[in-house]
Amino acid sequence: MKPAEFLAKPSQWLIGDGPEGNIVVSSRIRFARNIKCKPFPGWGKRNERLEVLHIVWPVVENLPQMHDALSVGMDSLGMLEKQLLVERHLISREHAAKSIGSAVVITPEQTLSIMINEEDHLRIQALLGGFQLQQVFSIINQADEYLEDKLDYAFSEQLGYLTACPTNVGTGMRASAMLHLPGLFMSEQIPKIINSVNKIGLAVRGIHGEGTEAMGNLFQVSNQTTLGESEEDILNHLQKVISQIIEHEKNARLSLLEKRLNFVHDTIGRAYGILLHCASINSKEALNLLSSIKLGLDCGFFPSHFRQFIDELFIEIQPAHLQKFFNTTKLNPQERDCLRAQFIRQKLSHLPPPSFLHSSNQPPPNPQNN
Amino acid sequence: MKNTLQCDCCQKANASVFFTQIVDGKIKKLNLCKECAVTLGFDETTSYDLAENVQGQSSSFSGLNSPFTCPICGFTQTDFKKTGRLGCSNCYTVFESHLLPMLQNMHKGTHHKGKIPARHRLRISRLQELNQLRADLEKAVKEEEYEKAAGIRDRIRSLSDLEHE
Ligand SMILES: [Zn+2]
Ligand SMILES: [Zn+2]
Repeated sequence: MKPAEFLAKPSQWLIGDGPEGNIVVSSRIRFARNIKCKPFPGWGKRNERLEVLHIVWPVVENLPQMHDALSVGMDSLGMLEKQLLVERHLISREHAAKSIGSAVVITPEQTLSIMINEEDHLRIQALLGGFQLQQVFSIINQADEYLEDKLDYAFSEQLGYLTACPTNVGTGMRASAMLHLPGLFMSEQIPKIINSVNKIGLAVRGIHGEGTEAMGNLFQVSNQTTLGESEEDILNHLQKVISQIIEHEKNARLSLLEKRLNFVHDTIGRAYGILLHCASINSKEALNLLSSIKLGLDCGFFPSHFRQFIDELFIEIQPAHLQKFFNTTKLNPQERDCLRAQFIRQKLSHLPPPSFLHSSNQPPPNPQNN
Repeated sequence: MKNTLQCDCCQKANASVFFTQIVDGKIKKLNLCKECAVTLGFDETTSYDLAENVQGQSSSFSGLNSPFTCPICGFTQTDFKKTGRLGCSNCYTVFESHLLPMLQNMHKGTHHKGKIPARHRLRISRLQELNQLRADLEKAVKEEEYEKAAGIRDRIRSLSDLEHE
């Protein structure tokens, strides 16, 4: 599949509702794998990287899942195309910086993506919408089992899968979920949550931001260690903790609706007002306001069929997606902010004002129903 | 009085850098020439970290006879300090003594408990079986059950042959 054709389609993880889809945006797992006794990409010389690429690439392309995939060398992708893949979470920023000697292969529905010669020879990643780490694991594991049969993975009985960075050795697995936590943010509980999750050995970080400052109230929770525990144990632990965070978020939303309804209405109403009337907006402000609209949807203040529009906006308002949509050359930040405002106004032009009157006479709506 | 010490590493140059460490309750002295000290990462700025790392390891200086350079990819101890990454999968064997304490701090354990690729599964279960058979053999010999021992020996032989295929 050609990059243009591939990029014209939306990512499947973004469409449709996964389990707990109101709070868990996506579930993702990546495996780091390497070929025995070949220099890791960061250390190997150009010809050594090419040698690994020539061993690995055809095998990856032959994966049954990779039928009709996007399969392309990083040297033949343009800057804009690379950036689009980063914004869709299909390749890493590090990989976007690669050129000759590195490649990426992605299934047409964009759930399985394999980077060749990123930090490791193979970075296999599977991604689904909603809270479904087990399903993600079976997708990635199936691919891994096919590959391990054809490729001689670097593996030691004691240390497991050997990786370029010692922080990934063992399972080579990083499992994560992207969570939308406006309730915990509005009730100022984010630092507390981050603290307690860090204490039990998991990592929390804001998406696009640092530490407690997250854009769009999006947080990623992931395992930090990879050696000394099985994949199953890591996933079970992560799932348990994420389920608890989901409960906290639900409770925070209920309590906000119960005790600070006016504050919730005000936040959502202002977000609506600005997004539909702004003439220039940067991505941080836009993401934060979209987060409030998304909360409004979860609370039933907007018709539910707008959900997909809103979810897509989180991706579409990012720089490369805007540049592609308006089919322009590289924009400066001021131009981009104007086009972003124009794009959002267009996309939300049919979104009715939040219907607070209708819902405020009733008991607080359940912000999450499965 | 002239009392020069030879470098423990290259055994050629005169040692000018001296380390004393307690490893497994025993005092170990390490005398290095300046060049070897740098190659091994024992320069002044890092000696403290290394001293900490080396403590508590059983064979901390085992790599000294062969300097810490990976024969497969040419990666050195200094490269590791610089990048925090390794050069190839074989580096894990070369730098094992330095890595293990680090991995212990970094992870939940130092033994892989996850998936095993199919081709290693076979080998690993074979190794486990071999170990068991060797123990059985020893026991059979001790108990003077020579017929049983011969059977076990045959089984070990055929397994070892598979191993060397
Ligand atoms: Zn020397
Ligand atoms: Zn090496």
